Amino acid sequence: MCLGIPGEVIEIHPDQPDLAKVDVSGVRRLINIGLLTDDPPVPGDWVLIHVGFALSKIDEREAAAAMEFLEGIGQAYEDEINALKESLIE
Amino acid sequence: MRFVDEFRDADKAHALAAKIAALCEPGRQYKLMEVCGGHTHTIYKHGLEDYLPESVTLVHGPGCPVCVIPMGRVDDAIHLASQPDVIMTSFGDMMRVPGSGGSFFDANAEGTNIRMVYSPLDSLKIAKQNPDKQVVFMAIGFETTAPSTAMTMLRAAAQGLTNFSVFCNHVTIIPAIKAILDSPDLRLDGFIGPGHVSTVIGCRPYEFIARDYGKPVVVAGFEPLDILQSIYMLMVQLSQGRSEIENQYSRVVPWDGNVVALKAIGETMELRPYFEWRGLGFISHSALQVREKYAAMDAERLFQVPGVRVADPKACQCGEVLKGVLKPWECKVFGTACTPETPIGTCMVSPEGACAAYYNFGRMNRTRVAEAEVARS
Repeated sequence: MCLGIPGEVIEIHPDQPDLAKVDVSGVRRLINIGLLTDDPPVPGDWVLIHVGFALSKIDEREAAAAMEFLEGIGQAYEDEINALKESLIE
Repeated sequence: MRFVDEFRDADKAHALAAKIAALCEPGRQYKLMEVCGGHTHTIYKHGLEDYLPESVTLVHGPGCPVCVIPMGRVDDAIHLASQPDVIMTSFGDMMRVPGSGGSFFDANAEGTNIRMVYSPLDSLKIAKQNPDKQVVFMAIGFETTAPSTAMTMLRAAAQGLTNFSVFCNHVTIIPAIKAILDSPDLRLDGFIGPGHVSTVIGCRPYEFIARDYGKPVVVAGFEPLDILQSIYMLMVQLSQGRSEIENQYSRVVPWDGNVVALKAIGETMELRPYFEWRGLGFISHSALQVREKYAAMDAERLFQVPGVRVADPKACQCGEVLKGVLKPWECKVFGTACTPETPIGTCMVSPEGACAAYYNFGRMNRTRVAEAEVARS
């Protein structure tokens, strides 16, 4: 649960601007971007996601490095992605 | 070398290692604590200790949120989940943590309904789907996770949900670091500061460590080179007799943290007078509770929570491991009675726990193999 996983913002929810659809390793889910209201992300931005919330904006290079790190740690990352797939955020 | 395979930066790693070694004063021992369990994971996964001179020791700190939850709180949670018409939601990491009468999984086998969720927000959907049940979110974690719980509470309030509540076990990192600094067991030279926690709280809260205790702190990223770079930065400070707060992870961590997140925490939660930490005991003002304004979402107000205190199993030495006094493999039950499949203590349950990280990455086996080879020759 303590992992921060990078995701690319695909679109902002049309009715709820504090939600955004993100792509994490091909998995697309809604997350909450309410913690970034001081500098809201737009489609194409990368964010670091923690338990369904974008915690900070990151650049693409950092996202790639973080992803390489996560894929390297194996089971804990797979568990996180599987949990994300089950996510019900709406 | 795994480093070459995975990051192709072995040259940089060796260059940093050489610079670290060059800064060591002859005869001086350096003890640096990495506070965050994510860092512990990286250190073991990549065998970073093998890059360091023998006089530099990494000590693993208490920054694994699952690991610091005392057994009594697990029992309290199961008590809550056992109440009529309650659905409890929890992060997956928590499910296997043993209480005195078993884990959440064991409790479910006996009839409780404790569901794994990815995000506290998932609990809101479960609450909407089950209007006749009370959905209690088992909230754990440091300042990385507390804003998510806070934002979920604000969302529930905005949506007028009346059947969602939080069993708040959020802890704060600064009092734990202070407890370790005040502990006579351990003499530390500096800290590798936590990455994601600092995204929320920023770097200023660490200033007392430099000012009052004269020890440097470098907030670090999670890649192997981040950690080596941070150790190098600490060693430079120590060699120059400086103690300052530096931010190696500035590409993610803003110096002032995330103000929106801090406001959300402050709106919904307040410091508890004291909270029990596994291994560290009771620490004053070290955890969060739900503010009275949100009493309707506070499981501790909605239900009678027994507040049981349960001593850790005698064999378990998680406390010493969490304080950095013992290395995981020095625990009496490490790898024998206590394994990730049948954990006795929390440090073996969470992937961020020092014992699980050490166990999973086979260093114990490598050491044994090396010892066996020496014995044979």
